[in-house]
Amino acid sequence: MKKKLIPYSIILIFLIIFAVFYKSLKDTNIYTPETKINNDIPIFSADLLLLNENSISTEIFELDKFYLLNIWASWCVPCRDEHPILMSLSKNNKLTIIGMNYKDNKKNAKSFLVELGNPYEKIIVDKNGTNSIEWGAFGVPETFIIYNNKIIKKYIGPLNQELFTEIQKIIK
Amino acid sequence: MKIFKNFIIIFLLLILNNVYANENSERNEITKNLRCLICQGQSVYDSDSDFANSMKILVDQKLDEGLSENEIYVYFKEKYGDWILYDPGLNKNTYLLWLLPIFIFLFGGAIIVKSFILKK
Repeated sequence: MKKKLIPYSIILIFLIIFAVFYKSLKDTNIYTPETKINNDIPIFSADLLLLNENSISTEIFELDKFYLLNIWASWCVPCRDEHPILMSLSKNNKLTIIGMNYKDNKKNAKSFLVELGNPYEKIIVDKNGTNSIEWGAFGVPETFIIYNNKIIKKYIGPLNQELFTEIQKIIK
Repeated sequence: MKIFKNFIIIFLLLILNNVYANENSERNEITKNLRCLICQGQSVYDSDSDFANSMKILVDQKLDEGLSENEIYVYFKEKYGDWILYDPGLNKNTYLLWLLPIFIFLFGGAIIVKSFILKK
């Protein structure tokens, strides 16, 4: 009995190790947080760029309307790439685009908008990056689709043509 | 008298040093248990990235608001998931992690009991 137990347990251990390694083979080591959707949007108050006033989240996000929140910065190169897509999304009347200016210099942010156009209805200033953490973001660019004060979709990284059609479909 | 004075100075220096170190200790304690998500393998405490610095500011803010250590962990877990904590709780993804050592311990213990103690 004892003689049989040892080879069996060795085989079992190897099988377990194989299973663990085989499973982790498919996992990437670059972690992206699980997209937490249907989360309520955070309540915050922040300064607005261009308007020089303070606003609270309930004033910005109304019920029964689609919003797109885009986190951007003038120093962020991928933001430059996705900007034309935001510009064409801003032509859609059903969608209101809100910007969040992440750790940026006001002057640079304004010249960025002058150069490439301004798709945003309002721009929230996030000077020290804490506001974007409240949203569960961890960098720029990042995009959220909001409906009825809930995050219904979240995109990490720049938007592209494929996501553009996806967003158009969502707000239809 | 001079020795006594020196002693007082050294004593005060040590005390004040201690006060200074304690100011951030709660924040440090918390940020050491939070993973910096954009710098793999570093805690928020160790990292100086943009993300980590914002996290530190936010932890300070939450402490000022009167949240406890656990409430802050729950807050970040809601936003970013279990991965942000270095000390994950017991749930369906981590039960193997928590229970396997106990099983191995019990199994080893059983072998020892069987082969050394019961044999006698």
